[in-house]
Amino acid sequence: MTAEVEAAVADAFHAEWGRVVATLVRLTGDWDLAEECAQDAFATALERWPGDGIPRRPGAWLTTVARNRAVDRVRRARVGASKEQAIATVAPQPEPGEPGESDLGEDEVPDDRLRLMFTCCHPALSFEAQVALTLRTLAGMTTTEIARAFLVPEATMAQRLVRAKRKIRHAGIPFAVPPAHQLVERTAAVLAVLYLLFNEGYSASSGADLVRRGLTTEAIRLGRILCTLMPDEPEALGLLALMLFHDARSAARVDSAGDIVVLSEQDRSLFDGAAIAEGHERLAGALRLGHPGPFQVQAAIAALHAQAPDYERTDWAQIRLLYDRLQALAPSPVVRLNRAVATRYVLGPEAALAEITPLADELDSYRLFHALRAGLLTGLGREEEARAARERALALAANPAERELLTRRLSL
Amino acid sequence: MRYLLLIAGNESQMQSATAEQGEAMTNEYAEFGKTMAERGVLQGGERLRFTSDATTVRVRNGEVLATDGPFAETKEQLGGYYVVECKDLDEAIEVASKIPGARTGSIEVRPIWEM
Repeated sequence: MTAEVEAAVADAFHAEWGRVVATLVRLTGDWDLAEECAQDAFATALERWPGDGIPRRPGAWLTTVARNRAVDRVRRARVGASKEQAIATVAPQPEPGEPGESDLGEDEVPDDRLRLMFTCCHPALSFEAQVALTLRTLAGMTTTEIARAFLVPEATMAQRLVRAKRKIRHAGIPFAVPPAHQLVERTAAVLAVLYLLFNEGYSASSGADLVRRGLTTEAIRLGRILCTLMPDEPEALGLLALMLFHDARSAARVDSAGDIVVLSEQDRSLFDGAAIAEGHERLAGALRLGHPGPFQVQAAIAALHAQAPDYERTDWAQIRLLYDRLQALAPSPVVRLNRAVATRYVLGPEAALAEITPLADELDSYRLFHALRAGLLTGLGREEEARAARERALALAANPAERELLTRRLSL
Repeated sequence: MRYLLLIAGNESQMQSATAEQGEAMTNEYAEFGKTMAERGVLQGGERLRFTSDATTVRVRNGEVLATDGPFAETKEQLGGYYVVECKDLDEAIEVASKIPGARTGSIEVRPIWEM
């Protein structure tokens, strides 16, 4: 029973934390109070559900408890009488601490998570602050967990969160979905935060980085929520598809020793078929909306990789065209570098080398530029130059797993 | 909420502007002021003389020290300001983006600390 209740609370936590906090932020305007009351509500669930049973609508139950707690706290603090009134007028008040299941239907609880996402990812906040706030308020990660995931001292992370919340209050950052004329840019900011979370988790390779790995799960979870809340936003679907395609390969990406396995050597039987299927479904949904964007194009590229029977039989010609498309939508030297990988298999190493040579200055400190260049030079039999390029790549390797991978290749 | 919109730009460019350019800018600011006053957000605002006319005052050990020039030498200089009353930061950003100087310089949006 206890285990079952604990599991139910844990499920509810993942499913409902953001919703409870968002509703409380709307009702009280006080982010700290909202978090504390949400925390109280989950603690109350752990106490009460074993005896009372798991409510039919855990989210509504938790929201009611959290709201009652907020009313209590504000009343007890005897400050902000108008705040208490505001809560009281919005909330038809059930008996404190006695939430019945009929108090709030799902339909009566407006979903405030979209507002919360836009507020957390407001461009007036630093990017670091946006990321931290999103993880704290929407995903429910603790300050300690967030600090560990971003490899900064806990005090630094706590300070970052305090400052961000203070700026929201002092600068009047609205708790609102932006108006139509700002929606495109502001949505891009939300997507950028989710993508960063995903990449932070994805680049963590080994078991020691388990907290960081969890970021990919949170990013996908938040991506799904965003797609539910903005069903007509093609780039949200594109990003979710992209994350799913990448995540589908995660089991094949690291070997039993914790070393990175490059795509060409990955065991494709380890790819997660369900994730790939969902990725295709989301991407198809995005493309039906008829507004292509960088995330959709990247998802289409990842889809081709995920569905190819092996590395050689990947549809490189199509991938090359998609990189052209991406370069037109979001120009960057890294996109041109990736296009050159496809060029290598479509037109050969000489053509690929010609494509990346103009990038030498811009990408001189980018490890993968030198790694690709080494591969192309080897393909052309220019061994001396290839060795120099490999050594340059090795010097730039970011983590031990990458270094190990390059060292193995260097000795080949 | 009230916000102070500080207009910063490159003074030397402004000083070297032709009479027509100067007049065009004045007209644009007049238009902005009219629009925002009609909308009810504008509470005040002024254009400032160039920093070469600025004097910085400090009191040290009871002595008043007045020196020539602004607080600090910067690439952009404070050229004017508005005080606006807005619903929230999003509205303040929108108003700030319509200040003619936003296209060449930058606008710092500072919430006013209400006492």
